[in-house]
Amino acid sequence: MSESARRYEADKTEWDRIAETREFKDLLAIKKTFIIPAFLFFIVYYFLLPILVGYAPEFMSTKVIGVVNLAYLFALSQFFMAWTVAWLYVKAANNFDRLAKDIIKEAESHVQKGQEIQ
Amino acid sequence: MSTALVMFLIFIAITVGITYWASKRSAGSSAYFAASRRVTGWQNGIAVAGDYMSAASFLGIAGIIAFQGYDGFMFSVGWLVAYLTVLLVVAEPLRNAGRYTMADVLAYRLKPRPVRAMASISTLTVSTFYMIAQMVGAGALVTLLLKDSGISYHTAVIGVGILMIGYVVFGGMLATTWVQIVKAILLMGGTILLSILVLAHFHFSLGDFFNAIGHVTYHEKGQEIVKDFLQPGLRYKPPYGALELISLGLALIFGTAGLPHILVRFYTVPDAKTARQSVVWAMVLIGSFYIMTTFLGFGAATIVGRDFIATHGGTNMSAPLLAQALAGNIFFAFISAIAFATILAVVAGLTISASTSFAHDLWTNVIHRGVERKPGEEVLVARVSAFVVGAVAITIAILLGPTANVAFLVALAFAVAASANLPVIVLSIFWRRFNTTGAVAGLAVGLLASIGLILVGPSLMAVDPPTVTGTARHLIQAKAWFPLENPGILSIPLGFLAAILGTLLSHEPSSEHKFNELLVRCNTGLGAERSGSQ
Repeated sequence: MSESARRYEADKTEWDRIAETREFKDLLAIKKTFIIPAFLFFIVYYFLLPILVGYAPEFMSTKVIGVVNLAYLFALSQFFMAWTVAWLYVKAANNFDRLAKDIIKEAESHVQKGQEIQ
Repeated sequence: MSTALVMFLIFIAITVGITYWASKRSAGSSAYFAASRRVTGWQNGIAVAGDYMSAASFLGIAGIIAFQGYDGFMFSVGWLVAYLTVLLVVAEPLRNAGRYTMADVLAYRLKPRPVRAMASISTLTVSTFYMIAQMVGAGALVTLLLKDSGISYHTAVIGVGILMIGYVVFGGMLATTWVQIVKAILLMGGTILLSILVLAHFHFSLGDFFNAIGHVTYHEKGQEIVKDFLQPGLRYKPPYGALELISLGLALIFGTAGLPHILVRFYTVPDAKTARQSVVWAMVLIGSFYIMTTFLGFGAATIVGRDFIATHGGTNMSAPLLAQALAGNIFFAFISAIAFATILAVVAGLTISASTSFAHDLWTNVIHRGVERKPGEEVLVARVSAFVVGAVAITIAILLGPTANVAFLVALAFAVAASANLPVIVLSIFWRRFNTTGAVAGLAVGLLASIGLILVGPSLMAVDPPTVTGTARHLIQAKAWFPLENPGILSIPLGFLAAILGTLLSHEPSSEHKFNELLVRCNTGLGAERSGSQ
């Protein structure tokens, strides 16, 4: 088993140091600018459905194409909304991964340097 | 021997083969609990779908749409959109900072023993209740589907129980994963076939299909009724229908990301990026499946009809009866076998998440303070507890009997996951000030509020006419105190409130002390558990 062949280990001061680096703060900021709006958007979009269906059933029964009504079309649109948000997130997350990789690389070399000095 | 039974036996043979193969690759904790973290993104995505889409969604939703039209489709929507919470909020941090259970992430900076003990109680509650609902359903279903073979409810429950225990005890997470993958592929295949047949029935004209949905005919109290089944309001009616819909939505959107058997799946992949990819794969499958419930449910309503389904086994038989109407007995047998596979894969997932939590959280970390006294002890304890959990579920399912009203147990599982698990996971990842008192209070209040509100809600409290007998009767014969079947709208805020108040009313510098470490780990994957080599 080579499960923890090179497990990263560090003490509290090292974790605190990484948390304070500019790179890490940038990563958090860039994640927030995507995740918070995306989360709020899908919550609002989703809960509009039960709210409208629950409180305005007549309006939602408005027929759009043949018997197909607003309620069904809005419900169906939720699937495409979810897929689209997921797709956008995956695209944005590739960028997060790149930044995270740099932070990991820096952290690992920092620990190694420390060990060499000891 | 009926065709359905033959197909059941083929599925059992395949899964037993998988278990035998997996049993040789399940030595060691990481292999047993997390399939050595070598499951690929698409494999895990399919497995998540197989773990998630229960009999309640395959048979239950087809039935609800067949009987109550559009309102049933609201479940389908919530069950997919919920994965955005999983994707955006929990999957990656969990994979980065945890090992085997959701409690791993909580225990990082909080006092491990009280937090793990409470998280484990919550996990065991969610998993066992959900499992009992599935087992009762399985027993009733197998007796209906195999009624020509003379298999009794007891035999069916014991059979399902032994199989799920077998997968988990011998094959661990690896066997569970592949049973779920096989099931998901079968379920998707069956659903696509059924949808095409429904469309073919309408000469591949969506217009004709939707026109038929607009004029569904059935009889009620001797009167012929023609209804537009696309119109909302057949299930959720005033005065509480709207609140019930919102409460259901809250439980689904926040509950899915707190279901222990879904969360443990993210430990089986090599890293957070793969965890993310697997959520996306799962969303493609789950979304396609739930869109197709349009054809399953409305197809059953228009082609088979409420009247026929009601006299041939009831709502849950809608999908199999649709298959029979469209393509005869062989296809009925095939769809029945898929329903059976569906239940088995879900109960196996529940069993492994319950036993992992017992062994890893309660046994190793609470009772023995994080020290595994002998190598292999944790896995041994997990195997024994899988056996015990399975035996308990079999016993309760037999005691309750096939007519027991157990649908509320599924609502309860989602409510506990949303009100107890999710608030605590989210606050521990995102709130520096969060501490042990807050976590324990949030878990306890979320759990108790969900159970309490369901206990005094319409699922368990109602006045039945004397014609309803035995376990089908409501537990408390009085008017319900809480008007909603889904407690989410009240229990979720209560869970969050307790977690926040508990935190603000106590001081625990050590939890803030280690927040930076958790923050860096969750967001970068630095120091995360790696996949093992075999």
